[in-house]
Amino acid sequence: MLNRKEIMETIDMVEKEHFDVRTITMGISLLSCIRETAEETSKLVYEKIVRKAENIVKVASDLEKEYGIPIINKRVSITPASMLTASFMGKETVLAKALDNAAKTVGVDFLGGYSALVHKGMTAHEKSFIESIPEALYLTERMCSSINVGSSKSGINMDAVKLLGEIIKKTAEMTKDSGGLGCAKLVAFCNAVEDNPFMAGAFHGVGEAETVINVGVSGPGVVHHALKSASNLDVLDMAEVIKKTAFKITRAGELIAKEASKRLGAQFGIVDLSLAPTPVMGDSVAHILEEMGLSSVGAHGTTACLAMLNDAVKKGGVMASGSVGGLSGAFIPVSEDIGMIKAAESGAICLDKLEAMTSVCSVGIDMVAIPGDTPASTISGIIADEAAIGMINNKTTAVRVIPVPNKKVGDMVEFGGLLGTAPIMSVSGESCEKFISRGGRMPAPIHSNKN
Amino acid sequence: MKAIVTVIGKDKSGIIAKVSTILAENNVNIEDISQTIVQGNFTMLMLCDLEGASVSLKELSVILTEAGALIGVSVHVQHEDIFNAMHKI
Repeated sequence: MLNRKEIMETIDMVEKEHFDVRTITMGISLLSCIRETAEETSKLVYEKIVRKAENIVKVASDLEKEYGIPIINKRVSITPASMLTASFMGKETVLAKALDNAAKTVGVDFLGGYSALVHKGMTAHEKSFIESIPEALYLTERMCSSINVGSSKSGINMDAVKLLGEIIKKTAEMTKDSGGLGCAKLVAFCNAVEDNPFMAGAFHGVGEAETVINVGVSGPGVVHHALKSASNLDVLDMAEVIKKTAFKITRAGELIAKEASKRLGAQFGIVDLSLAPTPVMGDSVAHILEEMGLSSVGAHGTTACLAMLNDAVKKGGVMASGSVGGLSGAFIPVSEDIGMIKAAESGAICLDKLEAMTSVCSVGIDMVAIPGDTPASTISGIIADEAAIGMINNKTTAVRVIPVPNKKVGDMVEFGGLLGTAPIMSVSGESCEKFISRGGRMPAPIHSNKN
Repeated sequence: MKAIVTVIGKDKSGIIAKVSTILAENNVNIEDISQTIVQGNFTMLMLCDLEGASVSLKELSVILTEAGALIGVSVHVQHEDIFNAMHKI
């Protein structure tokens, strides 16, 4: 029989340490739905999503009961929608509404993939698609959007970076009644991954199969607890503790992912072990870093602690499953992490420190609320900085900032639910307008020339 | 298929009787059982075989969780594989 300690460890992880499968995300290829008109395409898209994902909620609920591991979110990711809209420029929001309706019909909480990949260049229909994003996010509830503006291989599309600054501002303005909530569903990426199960950045890459199940597992609380009960370890031993914990969590995720794909008739894609915090106590990445010995996240040493955490999580993950993918590491969203919210409120952490942290975490500047009067070019500057970090370091980086209309530094904004609460953080008052308005493309770094 | 039934709560008389009666009623065979009491806290682990069971794992989970709530203990019924996956290489 299994030993008592191991069984109780699993039970405690769920009961006391917030261990959960954060999301089961079904990736669906929509390439077969492309037609001449927005109406025809949207009809086929709606039907295909509903047909493929109709059982996802039921299967997740069954698995939850059978294995005793909570499955928090059920989601769908789709082929980047801009690939479907070339023949109906200007009518993209018809498709957006169909996507939102499909998400509601199958009962998933988010659908990701209102996306475009423009890391090297932008076609006329992709530009039109990106320009449709503010209205699309205003008209929908569950749809998420992402744009890939750069990659280590191709450099950074500075025209897209410039455009996105404006799009983010417009999205905030159109959704100002909810504090600019639309921007919480809009991500700018560099090196976006094709099999990410997490929102808002999930989409179903063109290199993927027809339908794929990707599972995101989380567990900041579990890692925090493991470190707490091993308080006198040196850094090497601490990394070992994290690795072992990550191993166990990933194995649980892999089991659920394989079983879910079997029952849903989809290919098993990847397991993404990402320490994704939620705003509840005991589910914070910031608290893990503080457990390592920082008085607050944001202290000098934070980047080092995060680098070690992110790496140890990845190592535990790859040992546990041959199919680790997605983003895998630690997320550092501000509004979704109770420790980060506190540090931002007290001024212990600022945007510059967050930027440094993104060079070693698994994603980027995430869920950061900034003043509503921040110029579009400054937002583009934030995106350019992040994309540069990702491009040079061969990693995924992202920007999800919310310029909250009519709010200034020190005010708070409430997004509700998993998206949490955020204090408005200050951005540099200096201008990068001239640099951003140059446009063009930042060339790929020398080390991308590997062929 | 095998499942691990875990019962945790404040110790009182009749917990094992209650849980094992329900298992017997549903043709679930208990293959191994271990139980301890530490400072008045009762913990019991059972390895059960559902091969000839008259209910599914999901249904058994609902029945036992509800019965546990009535006598003030928390009951988990989980497929054995989750523990094997997490703790065995």
